[in-house]
Amino acid sequence: MEQKKTKKRGIGYWILYLALPVLILIVWEGADLAGLIHSYSMPSPVAIVQVTIEYIQNGQLWTNIQVSLIRVLEGFFLAFITSFVIGVNVAIFPKFDAFMDLVIQILRPIPPIAWIPLAILWFGIGQGSKIFIIFLGAFFPIFLNTVDGIKNIDGKYFELCEVYETPKIELIKKVVIPGALPSITTGIRLGVGNAWVCVVAAEMIGATSGVGYMLSNGRSLSRPDIVILGMLIVGIFGKIMDDILKKIREKVIVWN
Amino acid sequence: MGKNIVEIRNLTKIFETKENRVTALKNINLSIEEGSFISIIGGSGCGKSTLLRIIGGLETVYQGEVLLEGKKVSGPSRKKGFIFQDHRLLPWLTVEENIRFSLPGEQKNNQKLIQENLELVGLTGFEKAYPKQLSGGMAQRVAIARALANKPDILLLDEPFGALDAFTKVHLQEQMLKIWKKEKITMIIVTHDIDEAIYLGNKVVVMTPRPGQIKNIHQINLGNPKRRTGSSFAQARAMIYKEFFEETEIPFSYSI
Repeated sequence: MEQKKTKKRGIGYWILYLALPVLILIVWEGADLAGLIHSYSMPSPVAIVQVTIEYIQNGQLWTNIQVSLIRVLEGFFLAFITSFVIGVNVAIFPKFDAFMDLVIQILRPIPPIAWIPLAILWFGIGQGSKIFIIFLGAFFPIFLNTVDGIKNIDGKYFELCEVYETPKIELIKKVVIPGALPSITTGIRLGVGNAWVCVVAAEMIGATSGVGYMLSNGRSLSRPDIVILGMLIVGIFGKIMDDILKKIREKVIVWN
Repeated sequence: MGKNIVEIRNLTKIFETKENRVTALKNINLSIEEGSFISIIGGSGCGKSTLLRIIGGLETVYQGEVLLEGKKVSGPSRKKGFIFQDHRLLPWLTVEENIRFSLPGEQKNNQKLIQENLELVGLTGFEKAYPKQLSGGMAQRVAIARALANKPDILLLDEPFGALDAFTKVHLQEQMLKIWKKEKITMIIVTHDIDEAIYLGNKVVVMTPRPGQIKNIHQINLGNPKRRTGSSFAQARAMIYKEFFEETEIPFSYSI
């Protein structure tokens, strides 16, 4: 049997992998020491580390991350369930597809951020409006990839099911869903990525907590160190979430 | 003489597209005796696969009459085992799950049935393997085991060994003959390989293209056990060869 392909990465890879971030930090700190940048517009890496320690100590760092993460998870799961159910039905039933198509095609190009004014009017600036925006951000990637994944399943498998008189339910469980799974997991990765982008955007416009709030708060306090800390959190957590999803995908799709 | 399991009378099949009208099969008449092994041979476009698909119920629009055990063929079923050119195993299911998937509800948990049929094709020990871990020949054997586990009345093989290398091919042909003798199932193989047709079939149906017609039916008697190297094989081979290349005498010409 074939070995699972886990590429062993040598020290050379890791040096290369970390070279650019380290280089950026050195140039950045150097520019600060040389007086080329000013701390009121662009604080040095050392200042960012200081504000990070300050935020860890006063507990604000974790509180804000937690608030944003919970919003993302809630909005994402809501989007996942609805987009998966609607997606499977659109892909399987042409009549349902025709019924849904125009509304979906018109809603899809509207950026979730464009919904923020309405969301605030409908749900206030609390949890509801954030979850609504995240829901919109995550819905379409998952929906479209579910539909595409199912429609791209090779027709020969359906012929096989005819020969073996496979019942409809088994056909969906054993052919449609696993066949579309690689595409669905791609949709989930894009959906979670979008959800994370949306939570930051929604929190920047109207919120009293969360990572996005950290950014807008940092701006009103004229504290670019807080702004940059917030941006780094968005980037780092976005990467971590994507890494987790990639790992889950490898575990789920064992046949590839 | 046993009874006929398949009766084909005045079968004509026309494929119609917007621009084109192609007569794939014209006026086919064929009776197939129960328990026999029939080879259908012809060049590409002679309609041999279409004929097999009609017998298997995978093509249902045609003129004429196609009867299986006296009943009109109206669609595919697990009683008409069909081996495709590709193994058509579901890549996300293991070998045993693939067979289980094909079984009717009441047989799903019949592990003995799965084991027996894997043993029949010589694949005991590969129950938990995924299709991509198998060679082409092994995967096709799983497909054969899958068809046989459903206890078909007839087994239809559509160029099943066409994609395999010469050695694997010969090995599988021998295995197929053994299975045929042991299980006493009527088998029909469609092929473009003259040796394969002669070795497997006790009758060889020769078809010609445009429109697809039966040109001749040859009785083959290679003795028991069948030998590929004997004179009767060579004779049969010469006979079939002439069907396809009758007008061409081989001129001796020297060009230097």
